[in-house]
Amino acid sequence: MSIRERLSGNEAAATAMKQINPDVVAAFPITPSTEIPQYFSTFVANGAVDTEFVAVESEHSAMSACIGAEAAGCRAMTATSANGLSLMWEMIYIASSLRLPIVLSLVNRAVSGPLNIHCDHSDAMGVRDAGWIMLFSENNQEAYDNTLMAHRIAEHENVLLPLMVCQDGFITSHSIENIELEEDSEVKKFVGEYHPKHYLLNEKEPIAVGPLDLQAYLFEHKAQQAEAMKAAKDVILDVAKDFEAWTGRHYGLFESYMLDDCDMAIVCMNSTAGTTKAVVNELRKKGIKAGLLKIRVYRPFPSEEIAAALANVKAIAVLDKADSLNGMGSALFQDVASSMYVSGNYIPMVDYVYGIGGRDTTTNDIASVYDDLSEIVKTGTVQNPYRYLGLRKEEI
Amino acid sequence: MAYNVKEVVAHKPSRFTEGHRMCAGCGAPPVARHVMRALKEEDHAVVANATGCMEVSTFIYPYSAWTDSFIHTAFECAGATLSGAEAAYVSLKRQGKLPEENHTKFIAFGGDGGTYDIGLQSLSGAMERGHDMTYVCYDNGAYMNTGIQRSSATPKFADTTTSPAGKVIPGKMQSRKDLAKIMVGHHLPYVAQTAAFMNFKDLYEKAEKAIYTEGPTFLNVLSPCPRGWGYATEDLMLINKLAVDTCYWPLYEVVDGVYHITYKPAKKLPIEEFLRPQKRFKHMFKPGNEWMIEDFQKEVDTRWQELLDLEEMTNKAN
Repeated sequence: MSIRERLSGNEAAATAMKQINPDVVAAFPITPSTEIPQYFSTFVANGAVDTEFVAVESEHSAMSACIGAEAAGCRAMTATSANGLSLMWEMIYIASSLRLPIVLSLVNRAVSGPLNIHCDHSDAMGVRDAGWIMLFSENNQEAYDNTLMAHRIAEHENVLLPLMVCQDGFITSHSIENIELEEDSEVKKFVGEYHPKHYLLNEKEPIAVGPLDLQAYLFEHKAQQAEAMKAAKDVILDVAKDFEAWTGRHYGLFESYMLDDCDMAIVCMNSTAGTTKAVVNELRKKGIKAGLLKIRVYRPFPSEEIAAALANVKAIAVLDKADSLNGMGSALFQDVASSMYVSGNYIPMVDYVYGIGGRDTTTNDIASVYDDLSEIVKTGTVQNPYRYLGLRKEEI
Repeated sequence: MAYNVKEVVAHKPSRFTEGHRMCAGCGAPPVARHVMRALKEEDHAVVANATGCMEVSTFIYPYSAWTDSFIHTAFECAGATLSGAEAAYVSLKRQGKLPEENHTKFIAFGGDGGTYDIGLQSLSGAMERGHDMTYVCYDNGAYMNTGIQRSSATPKFADTTTSPAGKVIPGKMQSRKDLAKIMVGHHLPYVAQTAAFMNFKDLYEKAEKAIYTEGPTFLNVLSPCPRGWGYATEDLMLINKLAVDTCYWPLYEVVDGVYHITYKPAKKLPIEEFLRPQKRFKHMFKPGNEWMIEDFQKEVDTRWQELLDLEEMTNKAN
């Protein structure tokens, strides 16, 4: 039986971690994810979990300690945001190359500089090529559910990759919303026990981890990572199927909202999808065929599936909550554009960089995007595919 | 039982095997081999290694020179990586997920680059958190793996590739950091400075104490580098001896804050004896540079006296 509660996104993530009861958590505080290790150390202090909590002196050490713990044969988890993830960056790559299914709760925040503590996705985008599975969450419920599914995906023998569950800083992490929680015992049953094949603490079979890996082997090892990332897609769907059978909540690679018959589609991630749904509902009332594709699985990127889902729309707007500063459009836009091109389907596309540094994105902003799209549908051309949404243009 | 090098070598199999690719005359392999020999045969170890000469020469895929479990992640985080592995052990033991008979010890190796410099924060954090582990710094006094660049462990005036002895600046102009004392400042139960000296007794006994003292412990081990220091490979043990006999590298241990100098040379040799066989100090012997040797001697004397004073003071207090 699900339990109805009211929790913030951070509480939801911490609650999932408590129910998963990992062997080791190593974390360092950073706004807006600080509450996760705070809540978690309270669970530890009160004996609610069996976890060894390592209060490290930096995020670099947090990920290093997670790597040491996971390689030793444990389930290791951590949480961070923004500059914390930047400081981990070196170890993020090492965690995935060592094929350690560490699970990280990433509460998205703008990476400095200048310093800003509010939400955008520049932290996540900085590690998009690091070999981690990346799940995005629209709200507290999805942050909770994605975390409950994380280990089943990451630890699958065809995958063995680390995984991060993203949610929007403050917007989700600090907003209290209704949530359905699952029973501790049911979570335990669903997540299962972790029995790694090879681990440092097995005195009967000592292993060596993290070699100097030169020209003769590194290429093959990287290709194995790439294969694992491809294999993750099916595993994510299988786990989602089991999750739905248990909780009744459905998850796919992405969510299609009023997409089937729509003329104009917005593609976005995390909490903005909620705002967009509200706008789609209003437009639909007026008979305007607006739709939404909300990315849940950003890595591996479900390229073919997204191209198929968008195949019949007349114009696409991708909302990027991080600017790649490359003069040509941001990361999600490029991923979607590549997917469409490779599928052989030209549909006019436009990129909107929005919400940088926690800039509010309102229903009016989203409605203006659909207005722009209707113009694009009419003309069939895109004048400027790399745009801003919500920027005070007079100041640049 | 009293230490006997023959007994140890004959009866305890090496856990750091032949076939590694470290240079002839390098001080680090005997250090690693002897530290690992200090483990009880029945105990398992997880070794963490910072990136550096030792790592890139002992674990080149798919070969490992380590018979125990081994992990390398990056340059600056051997302390943090090993603290994660140790936390895993504590957690799994507490939960009954590891067999009773599993006794695992945790040993990190890092060069002076990975320990004094880029890895100091990670080391300090691991020590402060009290993980039951031993961190061994093999101090060769420069970043040797990348080609002999100065570190904060490089002695004053040494000629390195980033502190070259030039026409205007005669080598490194700063004194070396005293890492063992920084570790003492963490109030660890056991800190020692040692070297592969004489028949390895000092190194072996300190390694054994460090590994089997509960809590975080630290060993700073002199580890000469023939390429960086410029000595003949066969002179490794001589260089170690001169470092100790000149009091450039005093052998001591600090047990719960109390200093014990474990070797006091009957005749303290002048520092030239240590400096002369090494090419990195060659410019100090040019006419007109006598002041450099005097300056070096003064620093050695000051630090040695400071150590004698600390020994007297901490023993009196106890």
